[in-house]
Amino acid sequence: MINKNEYNAELDRLRNDLQSAIPPIANTHPRRNLWPRLLQRIETPPLHVSFRTPRMPWFDWALLGIAATSLVFFPALIPALLYHL
Amino acid sequence: MSVLERFAAGDIQAFESLFREHQGQVYGWIVRIVRDPSAAEDLTVETFWRLYQHRDRLDPNGNCRAWLRRVATNLAIDHLRRSKPAELLKSEPIDEKQMDSLEQQQVRAALRGALMSLSPKLRVVVQLVLIEDESYATVAESLGISLSAVKLRMFRATRILRKKLQQRGLQL
Repeated sequence: MINKNEYNAELDRLRNDLQSAIPPIANTHPRRNLWPRLLQRIETPPLHVSFRTPRMPWFDWALLGIAATSLVFFPALIPALLYHL
Repeated sequence: MSVLERFAAGDIQAFESLFREHQGQVYGWIVRIVRDPSAAEDLTVETFWRLYQHRDRLDPNGNCRAWLRRVATNLAIDHLRRSKPAELLKSEPIDEKQMDSLEQQQVRAALRGALMSLSPKLRVVVQLVLIEDESYATVAESLGISLSAVKLRMFRATRILRKKLQQRGLQL
């Protein structure tokens, strides 16, 4: 257990070491005008999302099917699965 | 009518005024967290996009600056969660003035590695307080947590860093 003074001294050492390893960011201004990008973002219509055809790869569906089938045939797996979740 | 009120009413010029007023501060805050200028630009645009999306729920008397900083911090932390530590290390600027011995280079590499091993929510506190010299209060407000929670995160981060460095034969 360390006391407050030791902890503060440790923080100061860490600050010095970190600042020499990872210097503070010097340039905190954007390199370009970001307003046109923001305008473009506002004007871009949102992507149409259809619930009928979710974008999920076929192997994810296959895994889901295997997992569901296993749980139907081996219900004893359910507590084990819940335990690991 | 204030700029915020005009913006809430859908005035795009008022939004541009707000953007011009706050973009430097938002970008500067994000780049201190993600330490990658191009990612910081993307996240700055995303922050203001969120502001635009929520304009009808905006309080015209509220603190727009604090709202932006909170959203920017959350987006930056999400970015850290998605990024691989190796990518973050790659984007670190190299100080060419530092002509180090091999040992010093190893110490610096160990420090960087230890920092990157922290979870994003601990790393953000260490970066902002110890590297960027931000106050605990500013960091607490930006993260939306209490001052004591920030101090606790710093304590936990220091403990982990000490342990990681000791494993590499280094002392704090």
